[in-house]
Formats: sequence, structure tokens, C-alpha cells
Amino acid sequence: MQLKTFPKGGVHPPEYKLTADKPLKILPVPKQLVIPIQQQLGRPGEILVKKKDKVKVGQLIVKATGFVSANIHSPVSGTVTKIDKVIDASGYKVDAIVIKVDDEQVWEENIDRSEDIKRDITLTSEQIIKKVEEMGIVGLGGATFPSHVKLSIPPGKKCELLIINGVECEPFLTSDHRLMLEKTEQILIGTKILMKALKVDKAVIGIEANKPDAIEKMLKFTENYPEISVQPLKVKYPQGGEKQLIKAITGREVPSGGLPIDVGVVVHNVGTTYAVYEAVQKNKPLFERVVTITGPSVKQPGNYIAKIGTPISALIEAAGGLPEDTAKIIAGGPMMGKALKNTDVPITKGTSGILILPRSMAYRREVQPCIRCARCVNACPQGLEPYLLMSVAQKQIWDIAEQHNVMDCIECGSCSYICPSSRPLLDYIRFGKRTVGAIIRERKQKSKK
Amino acid sequence: MENKLVISNSPHIQTPLTVKRIMLDVIIALSPAAIFSIYLFGLGAFIIITVSIISSVFFEWLLTKYFLKKPSTISDLSAVVTGLLLAMNVPSNLPIWMLLVGTFVAIGIGKISFGGLGQNIFNPAIMARVFMLISFPVAMTSWPIPLKDRMHYIDVHTGATPLGIIKEGVKNGETISHLMHQIPSNSQLFYGIMGGSLGEMAAILLILGGIYLLIRKVITWHIPVSILVTVALFTGILWLINPDKYANPLFHLLTGGLMLGSIFMATDYVTSPMTPKGQIIFGVSIGLLTVLIRVWGAYPEGVSFAILIMNAFVPLINRYTRPKVFGTNKKINKNG
Repeated sequence: MQLKTFPKGGVHPPEYKLTADKPLKILPVPKQLVIPIQQQLGRPGEILVKKKDKVKVGQLIVKATGFVSANIHSPVSGTVTKIDKVIDASGYKVDAIVIKVDDEQVWEENIDRSEDIKRDITLTSEQIIKKVEEMGIVGLGGATFPSHVKLSIPPGKKCELLIINGVECEPFLTSDHRLMLEKTEQILIGTKILMKALKVDKAVIGIEANKPDAIEKMLKFTENYPEISVQPLKVKYPQGGEKQLIKAITGREVPSGGLPIDVGVVVHNVGTTYAVYEAVQKNKPLFERVVTITGPSVKQPGNYIAKIGTPISALIEAAGGLPEDTAKIIAGGPMMGKALKNTDVPITKGTSGILILPRSMAYRREVQPCIRCARCVNACPQGLEPYLLMSVAQKQIWDIAEQHNVMDCIECGSCSYICPSSRPLLDYIRFGKRTVGAIIRERKQKSKK
Repeated sequence: MENKLVISNSPHIQTPLTVKRIMLDVIIALSPAAIFSIYLFGLGAFIIITVSIISSVFFEWLLTKYFLKKPSTISDLSAVVTGLLLAMNVPSNLPIWMLLVGTFVAIGIGKISFGGLGQNIFNPAIMARVFMLISFPVAMTSWPIPLKDRMHYIDVHTGATPLGIIKEGVKNGETISHLMHQIPSNSQLFYGIMGGSLGEMAAILLILGGIYLLIRKVITWHIPVSILVTVALFTGILWLINPDKYANPLFHLLTGGLMLGSIFMATDYVTSPMTPKGQIIFGVSIGLLTVLIRVWGAYPEGVSFAILIMNAFVPLINRYTRPKVFGTNKKINKNG
């Protein structure tokens, strides 16, 4: 089959998929969970429990506040010991519910815990969207945007195609890869559910060619799902970026400042699709996810199903402990992940992997002058000129930064990765984005008045 | 543990490619042609290459330390590249003091006065070459005859370059076919047996170096190919119009440092455009200017002037050849 890809930009970092052949394992439940009340993009939820409350597995403990927000459910049965401020993966302090785990796990009764695959989709489109909202599903690829919002098509727009993102272009990470191999049919049923919710009759699963086993398995299973097709993609970072994936598969370009629905497409990640299957068919809220624990010196890297709120130290322990030469711990992949302050940080809905880097990989090389080699310009998948944006951000010339589309940066990091002078291009572009974003908001507010 | 973890922004990995490695690749790519020039011109070529590199690195160190007052940059090897390139652009019997003036102009005026690596507008080696050509016109155009007097430096037999012979001959009313008997055959030109500067010699070794740079992804094809194709087409048309007055395109491709200029000098990152489109505009313009100067200009040789002139247009070219920003195309293609 013809491999597709996006035409402009992109880089080829080493893949380091150390855990591609490590089957999913269930991580033992720790004695205590720390559950931040904001795990999604949008507004934080409202806490429904208080100290000393007893909770069951799957019980709603944080309620969404408003449309762009998400419910959070307890992954365990136990007792709320305190509500405290903790440092999450973003490095900021957030409110969190601390739960002491009981020895015996009591589940909410309506959750179907059987392994049987349930194929019939009985809910209507509206009921599916409501269920997805109720079960606290957010985008599990890392952006954690509430999924029900993506399923609610704004008036005047029409969805023509659903794309399931199985690209997993970040080096090291393999959680989506393993899910596609081990939960193949569940993902296809999840895709059908999302199609029904969006009222579309076509879906494409995009998978990069470095996962031939997943492509093969998906192709075999889609024989029974003729409305879902599999599209193998040429390996290139950042193909998992929504805009790049849509361009690769359909040739359509999401307009600058627009959303995928503007070109008739909705994209969901395979992890999210599996969570949707579990929510709609099994009534199971999103309280656990697949997390890859990996790194060049990690003794037993692997893919684990971990409860939300598990400290990453528990995951590291399962992987054979923290290696001697550890210098950096990252939540997510090496291109877009966040460096963590310590190992107490809890796993949240957006944690696709924990990457442990040794000293030899933890530091950036010394910054050298720009030699104008244009590698950053050629690597930018958004058609920006990173060297120029960095220089205007350094000089704080914000109108030029805006003119040169700083807001279109998707922060994929291809420019900083490829720079032979090791210049902190993305750091300055982020600074530019934040400042220009604030200026634009201010301008809009003024014009409203 | 807690205090020892490194916190930094993404991305957390970097390409293994560094500026130093890029410069090293350029040096590797130039080496066969440089070694061959020592074979052809002997002692003189060896002295020129050695002195040029050492003095360039010395001036870079000196001026960075005492003029720019910045940390030393000699370890990035860019001064070695400049020194080697300049050596390839001069005759092997050039007096040392002239060469030192040249390397000082290249590093001091061409590079450091603009603020160092990455800041200069003109290619330092070419700037120095043109400076020397104008300042020392005789010394810069008396070309030792290859394979002769190889154990001598200054006191060698000299002759004109093939381009010089043609230029002079046509001016005196002789026909090309007659003049062709006075210059080496195309195969000799290809293997580099002719009068000229160190790096004008073996086209084949320079092309090999270029292929190495392409494989290592140090350069892309856009600039060299667009220069060479333009020169071939333009001189080809002239040759078809009047083969008695204009030399054939192959002759033009193989002489006068065109290979050296298009593969190693015009591709200098700092002084060439950013996007492939801009690079093709740049290359085609250099090709056109080169032929114009060679055929109708006062000098027999035009590559250096052409590159220098186009260096000045790079900011303008960059301005008009920006990449298309994703999602800003007004016509959204709905059918893929």
C-alpha cells in the first residue's frame, strides 16, 4: 500500500522504541493515590468528596464545571485522607485528592468488568456524546482536550471523516502501539461508536510504517469493518500532530487559527478510542490508562496499565528502579514531554509515558551562533521561519512576530531538535507565542468595549 | 535525587549534527582536490594551503579575543574552511605576504568585522579573493604550469588559464577552433591538467566532494545544479549561434573555478538564501552573471564576482521567497 505523509517539514529523530514488543501489564495498585482535580485542557472540576469520605472504584469524585472541563472518577476504593496542593507534571501546584487504598476493592455496580467484547452499539448519537462526557474521557494522546467537545459538531459545520490517530510519532513511546496490537477489535468498535456520534460513514486509522505488526493486525480486523480503512504512513515526526495527520491522509489543510472540523474532519487518538469503547460499552469511566516506562538505561522498560493518581515512582519501581545515571525524568516523549521535578508526580489522564534519560542525554549542547543553514526553516511543518521568530522574540518585536505567524507554531520542537548550533529556538518561540497571544486577547477585548 | 534532576523545556533530544561536524565534512569534501593540487603544483601548493589555514585560524583567534572580546570560536573549524577555500582560489606561486593580506581580509574584514560566524553578508574567502585580484592583479593571474617546477615555490614557469587564452584570442580576432589547439583537451580539463589556481583543477574531484556533501546532507542540490545548468544552457545557446566566437558549454563548465565556486563557495549557508526556491533564484542569477562577465566583461573569469554580487541580494531573495505558512492558503483543497 502507498505510504502517505505530510509534504512540508518534519524531522527523523532516532525511534528508540525499546518497548514495542513488551505486552501490556497491569501495574499493582499502590497504597495511596494522588488525584489532581485538573487533568484536562479547560477548566478545573469541582471536588465532590471531603476528608474521611469512603469512595468506590469508578465513583465520581470531581465534577466538570462547564462545557470544556471533565469529570474525574476514583480509580480505587478507599478513604479520602486529605485534599492538598501537589506539583503535577506541568510543574505547577494544583489541588489534588489523596485517597488511601483499601485492601478490598469495591466497584460501582454498573461497571461491566468482564473481558467479553461487546459489539452491538445500542446508544444513539446524543447518548454516546453524553456518556463520553459523563465518563470523563479526554484526548489521551497528550493534549487532554475533553472528547465530548470534539464530538459536538458546532452548528453550520459538518463532519465528513473521522481519523483515528495511531501514529505515535514520538520516539520511545509505545502505548498506542501496544493498544492497537492487543485491543484491536475494541478500538474498531470504539471507532464505530465515534462514527455514530459524529454521524459519519467513513473512518481512517493512520499508522506509521514503523509499526508493521499493528498495520497488519488492523488490516485483518477491518475486513469485518468495511467502513473503516487503515492508512500506513511514512515515518516522520510530527505526523501525529492533528494538522499534519489530516494533511497526510486527506490533503486538506486546517486553516490557520482554525479547527479540524473546518475541513470536515475530527481526529481522535487510538487510546481515546479504546477509552470510548470501555465507557460506552462497558460503562467504565476513564480512571486508568496505558503508560510506557522507558529509557536507555532502564532495566525493565515496559507498557503498563496504571491507575490515574499513581506516583510515577511506583512505575519506575516496576521497571527495575531508577537507573544509577538518571539525570532527567520526562512525562511524555522526548520531543514534546515535560521534565519532572521529582518522582512523586502522579500519573494523570495525559501521561502517555515516563522517559528516564541518562546524564549523557540530559543536557543540551552549548549554544552557538546561527549559521543560517535553514535547517529549522526546512524542518518546520507549519511553514514558519524559526530562526527569525527566535530573533524577533529576543528583541521583543511583537508585531513582527505576529506578522510572521508565531501563533501558528504547534510547539513540536523540530526546529530546536535539528539546529546544529543548538539554539533554543522553541524556547523563544514559546515566549513569543505567549506574549503575542496575550496582546491579541487584549486587542479583542478592547474592540468589544 | 530531587535536586539533581535536570529541568528544561522540550525537545529533550538533539540531532548529532553540529556546526563543527558540518565544517569537518566540507574539509573532507575539499581534501581530494587539495591533495591533487599539491600533486600538480608541488611545494608551492603545499606552502599556500598550510599558510592560508594556519593564518586564518590565527587571525580568527586573535580578532575574536581582542576585537570582539568573545570566547574563542576556532574549534568550530569555520576558519579552517575559510583558509582552505582561499588557498584553493589563488595561484601556487603567490608570495606569502600577499596571502597573509588575503587571509586577514577574509577573516578580519569578511567575517569578524560583521560580528563573526553567521553575521557576514559576503562569503569571506570570495571577498578576499576579489580584494586580492584587484590589489595584486599580476601576481593573482600568473598561473604556474602544472607538473612543471614542482620543487619550486616562487620562481616557476607561468602561463595563462584556458579562459584567459580564449578571452585574449577572441579579442584579437582569432576563432575558437583555432584557439582550442592552444588549450588542454576536455578530458585534460576534466582531470585538471591546466593552468589556474589550486582549486580550479580537477573537476572530477570537486564533483566527488560535492556528492559527498549531498550524501551527508550538508548541502542540497539546488544551488550547484542551478548554477551549472544555467551556465551550460547560456553558453550552449551562444555556442550554437557562433561556435567561432564562443567556446562550447563543456569548456565553460570545466574551467575557471566554476565547480569550486558552485559546489563549495555559493553554498555557504551564511551567504546564501534559506528556501529551495530562493536558492534556485540565487543559483540561476550566479550562472547568468558568470557567463556575462566571462564573455563580455573585462575579466576572463566571473564566478567570484557573480557570487559576491548575489551575496548582496540574499536578504532580498529571502524576503520574497518565504515558505508558505500552513493553513494560510485561501483555496482549501477539499478533494485532496
